[in-house]
Amino acid sequence: MLISRCLFRLEQAELNGFHNKTEILAVLSDFAPIASLFALSVLVGVMILFMSRMLGPFRPTARKLVPYESGMRPYGDAIRRIPVKFYRVAVLFILFDIEVIFFLPWAVVFRDLRLYGLAVMGFFFLVLTVGFVYEWMVGGLEWD
Amino acid sequence: MTGFLQDIGLSYELAVLVAKALGVAVVGAFGLLWTLLGIWIERKVAARFQDRVGPNRVGPFGLLQSIADAVKIILKEDIMNRHVDRWPYNLAPILSTLSVMLIWAVIPFTAAWVGADLNVGVLYLVAVGSLGTVAVIMAGWSSNNKYALISAFRAVAQLISYEVPMVISLLVPVMLAGSLSVQAIVKSQHIAYLFAVPMTVLIFLISGQAENGRGPFDLLEAESEIVAGFHIEYSGMKFGMFYVGEFLHAFTLSVLTALLFLGGWQGPLAEKIIPLGFVYLLLKSVFVYFVLIWVRMTLPRVRIDHLLNFNWKFLVPLSLINLLVVAFLWKLMPDTDQINSFADALGPTLVLFLANVVMFAGVAWWLREWARRDREHIEARRAVVAEPAEATAAAGD
Repeated sequence: MLISRCLFRLEQAELNGFHNKTEILAVLSDFAPIASLFALSVLVGVMILFMSRMLGPFRPTARKLVPYESGMRPYGDAIRRIPVKFYRVAVLFILFDIEVIFFLPWAVVFRDLRLYGLAVMGFFFLVLTVGFVYEWMVGGLEWD
Repeated sequence: MTGFLQDIGLSYELAVLVAKALGVAVVGAFGLLWTLLGIWIERKVAARFQDRVGPNRVGPFGLLQSIADAVKIILKEDIMNRHVDRWPYNLAPILSTLSVMLIWAVIPFTAAWVGADLNVGVLYLVAVGSLGTVAVIMAGWSSNNKYALISAFRAVAQLISYEVPMVISLLVPVMLAGSLSVQAIVKSQHIAYLFAVPMTVLIFLISGQAENGRGPFDLLEAESEIVAGFHIEYSGMKFGMFYVGEFLHAFTLSVLTALLFLGGWQGPLAEKIIPLGFVYLLLKSVFVYFVLIWVRMTLPRVRIDHLLNFNWKFLVPLSLINLLVVAFLWKLMPDTDQINSFADALGPTLVLFLANVVMFAGVAWWLREWARRDREHIEARRAVVAEPAEATAAAGD
């Protein structure tokens, strides 16, 4: 199915005149292993869960089907308000993750960029450090 | 293989595509089978650390224990409580294993065996690896259990925090090799990067251990506080999938360390006798894995505020400084883009190694100062507490 779909896409691409078939197949064959591993893992996962459902016993009782709360009768919904500090960590992560995304292509072409590459990244790093130090000073990194 | 597919009427490119797709199925199967053996290794080693014998009943040396466990866990009753959010609840275990299995697609096992030698390999590793975090929050949120939810939030705070130093330390081999392809990074290691950038390896291992939720960083499944963690509502094979995912994740970290810092499949004669490279890679990975188990069995669990403070106030700045130092030195040295042999690599490696020694010394000095200040702080506070008691005692006389 996957292959037939790819072929369909290819026909369309040919009609549109963007690429030739060979080029697209070359790109596809770079990512084909990943697609097939994805399909394989999902398949194995679903199969194992299904198998376990088929082979195992299934004798539900009312007490078995309530959430586990160390033997107590659970009260209320489990999903309730959570401390805002988790949110703060998430925001910090997004900030730094974006920074790392800027670093990544720079690291790849680092050897081709002359001293200019180092200087520009140094400046970028400086701006970041100022932000980071400020965040530290106002207590953005404290957990409690 | 390709020839056969061409014979049955496929064009050459299509045949390559199908052959690659089938080849990687072998990789996936190897990953799953390796889990069975790897869990045995881990249990045996962990047992030795705790002065036990470990599994020794099923099969020779207990080798078949994992298979017995797998059969048993499949035959277990699959309990799903009434209040769960069905779709995320059932997808989470699959996603947990999937996120690790997908990493194996870009791992070069030898000079010739690699599923997909992507030119964005390292970026792909990072992207796919962080899918595991999604699985954790899906499991915790959909279970409708308070322990699971607390664990999931802790886990996500921990996993995404430690992602930052991990990715920054991954940039160092990328920079040294000048490529994101894992195979190119392995090939560029005429001397293993471990000797050039030991600091980076240390940061990578620490943050990787935290990424796995193991060792001193196993807060997300702190038994004494939150019973079992985000998978508390899972039973039978669904729990088993999380277990497999966690094991494979830990082992994948060792494989990645071996690939990016220990020279991967490189070794004597590895270029000529292709399968030998696989043996080298496996040996190196198992060695790193042994070190990780060692750390895990030795250190006690840390507190969550210590955990996050350690990351944001120590590991992140340190990894950034480390990256800049390596980048700066790499630029200063001449001809770093023409390293084609052991002799070429020797000079730069020595320089980077010395820089790392200086960095280690600096960090050790800073930590010592910090500990001293902390100690003085505590002693000062203790003195304040002790004084009033003495004063009253004196007044009583």
